[in-house]
Amino acid sequence: MKIYKLVLIELWHRKSQLITSLLAITLGIGVIVGIRSVAVVSEKAVAVNLDNLGANILVLPQGTSIDNYYSADIDAPTFPEDYVERIRTSTLAGVDNISPKLTRRIKIQNQSVVLTGILPSSEIISKPIWQTSGLSGLELKATCDTSASNKSHGYEDERLQRKPIESLQQNDCIVGANIAKTLNLKQGDKVNILGSSFNVFNVLSETGTVDDDRIFAHLHTIQKLTGIENQISVIEIMGCCNAISEGLLGKLRNILPDTKITTINQIVSTQIKTNQLMNKISIIFLIIILFVGGISIGNSIWANVNERKKELGTLRMIGFTKLKIYQMLLLKAAILGILGGFLGYIIGTLSGVLLGPQLAGLNIEPIPIYLLWSVLISLCISLLGSLIPAYLAGKIEPYKIMQEA
Amino acid sequence: MLIETKGLSKYYQHKDGLVEAIKYIDLSFDQGDFITITGPSGSGKTTLLLLLAGLIRPTSGSINFQGHELNSSSDNKLAGIRSQHIGFVMQNFSLIPYLSVLYNVLLPLSLHKHADSSRNDYAVRLLDKVGLKDRMNHLPKELSAGQQQRVAIARALVNKPKLILADEPTGNLDPALSIEILEVLKQINVENKITIVMVTHSPVASGYGNLKINLVQGRIVNKVCSVVTDEFLS
Ligand SMILES: Nc1ncnc2c1ncn2[C@@H]1O[C@H](COP(=O)(O)OP(=O)(O)OP(=O)(O)O)[C@@H](O)[C@H]1O
Ligand SMILES: [Mg+2]
Repeated sequence: MKIYKLVLIELWHRKSQLITSLLAITLGIGVIVGIRSVAVVSEKAVAVNLDNLGANILVLPQGTSIDNYYSADIDAPTFPEDYVERIRTSTLAGVDNISPKLTRRIKIQNQSVVLTGILPSSEIISKPIWQTSGLSGLELKATCDTSASNKSHGYEDERLQRKPIESLQQNDCIVGANIAKTLNLKQGDKVNILGSSFNVFNVLSETGTVDDDRIFAHLHTIQKLTGIENQISVIEIMGCCNAISEGLLGKLRNILPDTKITTINQIVSTQIKTNQLMNKISIIFLIIILFVGGISIGNSIWANVNERKKELGTLRMIGFTKLKIYQMLLLKAAILGILGGFLGYIIGTLSGVLLGPQLAGLNIEPIPIYLLWSVLISLCISLLGSLIPAYLAGKIEPYKIMQEA
Repeated sequence: MLIETKGLSKYYQHKDGLVEAIKYIDLSFDQGDFITITGPSGSGKTTLLLLLAGLIRPTSGSINFQGHELNSSSDNKLAGIRSQHIGFVMQNFSLIPYLSVLYNVLLPLSLHKHADSSRNDYAVRLLDKVGLKDRMNHLPKELSAGQQQRVAIARALVNKPKLILADEPTGNLDPALSIEILEVLKQINVENKITIVMVTHSPVASGYGNLKINLVQGRIVNKVCSVVTDEFLS
């Protein structure tokens, strides 16, 4: 019989003790992994989505955020389509390509779809359509210096560049890659949307953005079908960056008083702040885990040592050295640590994957390298926490136990 | 000569003063001796066993175990001597509660290198010898007191020791069971030439020894050498 077997049998023998000593560290690691998984994906998602917009100014209903817009809930706020005309008829300089949209999350054959109403010829849409379907289009450029206004946020993927789409009939629709896959749609098919039949004008190539889960159709058709006539969710504007720096946003706010007007830069910096906050929270959690987890495992090892005083005395009596006793207890702590890190990773990742889509509207992917980190951190914490109890256990004198007999 | 002590003394430091547990004891045991130690409570019997096992260090004097000077040996060396050459049988059986009977018997071997399956067979043979082969997968608490003590004896034998130290091995057993255990110890002593040092309060148990030591207040007051005869036992 080897020492590790002795340790495993002892662990198994005290299952409830095992579970309680694992609880703190497992939950702690789980929370960190959960937060980090969401943060990583949301950072990516926002950056990709924003880059994919192609616009640099967003007009949103008062009191909403870019997240509301992307989640496109059924009761997400809207504002009148007339606002588009207000901008058009104003004499504001540096406003280019005004593109209104109405988005609503609906179900088609139980599949969640973001139905997006667009106006052809003003809408900018992913390059792949234009490439693969021969939709004619001009490369869009803000009227002034493009290098700054089309600034990418680290995702210079060609697939994500926008091109205008010229024409879209009232009963045509363009289907995102994921939707096309799950609903088994291809170009020329018919699809029933909210009781109305649509021709699939085109299927988009996969972009890795929310566009994959969207169906685009004519804005006015969507307004009628959803019963939200003359209302829109957003106006995406391509503004000349010089004009923006000269106060374009303020001027827009004057024309459109009850809306929220932001630039992509503002959104990006808010997002960066949110992410920084998330990172801080996970660091704070990490420190708390260091303490709570370490103390909790150390404490349970110490309780275990006290419970086993007689037994440890017996082991010393039959020839176990202090070193062997340390080895046994630290091996136990190591097993607890590895188990805790592993379970924590599983719990954190699972809750991210399961709850992510509902709570954050994000598809969370497991991050395998976090498994390594979880196990390593948890292992270190529980070993550190157990050093003192193990040292004290070595001090138990075997003869005391014999004389108490 | 298996063990020899010279001027062996052990004083315990206590807040009420010095306790002189063992005072100037000179002893020598040969391989195959069966020594019984009797004496009133507090006379130093357990202390003497602990000294012989290298579990505590003498205040003065020396213990020589097979040429090893215990007093000058490191803790690790002493642990090594215990694991290689000494078996223990205690009043409270001192079995590991979560290990099966077989694993309890195998436990001392976990310290030895080169474990192999023959040891497993040996442990099973020992359990067979103490009549518990069919109980080897039981936990100690599933056995009677006498059976638990027999497991402890099998464990004490598994490292093929030169010496077995027993502290009131029958103290928790009724007379009939006590005789059983004593017979097992005697058999081991005779067949395997293993030296046994047994502390006991019972005159019947002390009758099993061929060297009977009586301790009072840390001193040997009487030492009787005898040959155990069948008449004596009956
Ligand atoms: N760790 C200790 N610290 C102080 N005094 C001790 C210690 N251990 C034993 N003693 C004292 O040493 C003396 C001998 O103790 P020991 O345990 O050897 O007696 P014993 O003969 O085994 O007694 P019993 O028959 O009751 O088991 C006693 O007076 C005891 O109180
Ligand atoms: Mg005693």
